Amino acid sequence: MKLITAVIKPFKLDEVKAALETAGVKGLTVSEASGFGRQKGHTEVYRGAEYKVDLVPKLRVEVLVDEADADEIIDVIVKAARTEKIGDGKVWAVPVDTIVRVRTGETGPEAL
Amino acid sequence: MKIDSGNTAWMLASTALVLLMTPGLAFFYGGMSRAKSVLNMMMMSFVSIAVVGMAWVVYGYSIAFSDGGGANKFIGGLDDWGLVGLEKTATLDDGTGIPSLVFVAFQATFAIITVALISGALADRTKFGAWVVFSLVWVTLVYAPIAHWVWGGGWIMDKVKALDFAGGTVVHINAGVAALAVVLVLGKRRGWPKDPMRPHNLPFVLLGAGLLFFGWFGFNAGSALAANDIAGVALINTMVATCAAGFGWIVVEKLRDGASTTLGIASGFVAGLVAITPACAYVTPVGALVLGLIAGAVCAFAVSLKYKLGYDDSLDVVGVHMVGGIIGALLIGFLGSTAVNPAGAKGLFAGGGLELLGKQAIAVAVTIVYSFVVTFIIAKVIDLTMGFRIDAEDEISGIDSAAHAETAYDFGSVHAGSAISHGTLAGSGSDQTKVEAEA
Repeated sequence: MKLITAVIKPFKLDEVKAALETAGVKGLTVSEASGFGRQKGHTEVYRGAEYKVDLVPKLRVEVLVDEADADEIIDVIVKAARTEKIGDGKVWAVPVDTIVRVRTGETGPEAL
Repeated sequence: MKIDSGNTAWMLASTALVLLMTPGLAFFYGGMSRAKSVLNMMMMSFVSIAVVGMAWVVYGYSIAFSDGGGANKFIGGLDDWGLVGLEKTATLDDGTGIPSLVFVAFQATFAIITVALISGALADRTKFGAWVVFSLVWVTLVYAPIAHWVWGGGWIMDKVKALDFAGGTVVHINAGVAALAVVLVLGKRRGWPKDPMRPHNLPFVLLGAGLLFFGWFGFNAGSALAANDIAGVALINTMVATCAAGFGWIVVEKLRDGASTTLGIASGFVAGLVAITPACAYVTPVGALVLGLIAGAVCAFAVSLKYKLGYDDSLDVVGVHMVGGIIGALLIGFLGSTAVNPAGAKGLFAGGGLELLGKQAIAVAVTIVYSFVVTFIIAKVIDLTMGFRIDAEDEISGIDSAAHAETAYDFGSVHAGSAISHGTLAGSGSDQTKVEAEA
C-alpha cells in the first residue's frame, strides 16, 4: 500500500477531486498547507515598507491506494493539477505498513 | 446675548461629528495593528474618550479657556471648574450666539482625539493602566496649556498672533511630538523592525479613514463656531486638500514601490486632513489643493523616517501628524490669503512678505519644544514609578488577552468545542490557548 501526497494550488482542488473519483479512489484527506518551492513568495508593501511573504498557500491532498494503482493515481493527480505555470506543486508516494479501518477493525487492503 | 439657533444647530452637529472621529481613529489604528493586539489599540482610543471627557468637565476646560488672571499668558484659571456657573451663561461672549456649554463640549472632543492620536505610536506594548494615567496627566499639563496659548487668550494668540484655525499646532504637531517623546521612553516593539508587522485588517483602516474624513468636517468647519461663509470655506478646503493628499500619496507609492495601496490612500487622506486643519479658513481652495498635494507626497516619504532614525513609532503618528501638522502650519506662511477670510493674513505668495511665516514658525517651534520636553518627563516618571511597558511574555502572546482578558477573533473554527480547535493557527493561536487554560 502507498500513501500518495500531493501539494497543489488551492483552486485546482475540485479538478483533482473529480479526477480521483473517476479513477476509483474511495477517500481522500485535504488539509491547508503553506510553503514554497522555486517560485518563492511575493512582496507586499505597507507604507513603503516591504514585507517578503515566503509561504504561499497550498492544499495538501492525501490518498491511500493499493501499491499496483499508485503510478496511475499519481498520473491522474499530476494531469488534473497542472497549469503549466510555476508553483503547480509536487506529488510523491511513500510505502505504508499498516492501515486499520477504525469502525470495523479491518486491516490491510481491505481497509482502503 | 441671544442664542443663535442656526449657529447652535451647526455646533451641536459638529460636536457629534468630531466625537465620531475618535472611534474612527480606533478603527484606523486598530486595522493597522496586529490581530493579537487590535482590542488594546482600539481601547486606548475609547478610554481616552472616557478619561479626557471627565477631566475636561472637571477642570480641563477651565485651565484651557478661562481667564488665568496674572498668569493668563501661560495658563487659564480654575474659575470654570466643574463648569460651575457656565450653565447660567447662555452664550459665549464672542458674538456667535452659541451656548457656552456647547462650546465646552465641542472643545472636549478636540482634547479627546488629541490624546487618542498619540496611542498609535504605542501599539502592542503599553501597559493599559499607565496609558490611562498618561492620558489624564498629559491632557492637563500639555494639551490644556497649549490650547490656552493658541485659542484661550494665551500668548501665542495674543502676542505672536500665529494662525491655527482648527488645531494644526494644538492637536497635530502636539500629538505627533508627544508620540515621539513617549516611544523614546517606551522603546521598540520586540522584533521591530526585523519581523513583519503588517496591518491585520485593511478594510478597518479604510473604514476608520472614512469616518475620520466625515468627522473632520465638524472639526474644521465647526471651528468657525458659526454656520457661515467661513465654515463653508473651511469645508471645501478640507475636502479638496484631502482629495489631493490621498492622490499625492498613491502617486508617490506608484513611482517608488510599483503599486498604489489602500493603506496609502487612507494614510494620504489623513495626512491631508491633518495638514489642512490649521489652514482651512486661511487659504483659497486652490491653495488647499496645493497644500494637500504637498502634504500627501511629503508624508508618504516621512513615514520611513522611523526606519532611518530607529524609533518605533508603530503606526506613524510622527510621520503623519507631526510632519503633516508642520507642513500645514508653515504653508499658511506661503499660501495665506485674505481673499476668503478677512480675519486671515497674507502669506508670501499673496504679497504678505515673510512676517506670517515667521509667526507660524514660532508657534510650531514652541509647540514642538514644550510638547516634547513635558511629555518626555511625564512618560519617564510613569516609567520609573508604575512602569510604562508590559512584560515580554505578554507582549509576545498578545496584549489583548493579557490586559483585557479578551481576544478580537475566534480563529478556532475547525471543530468548535473540541480540544484541537485552538492553537492550531501559528502565531494567533497561542493567546487563545492561554485564555482557555486560565478559564
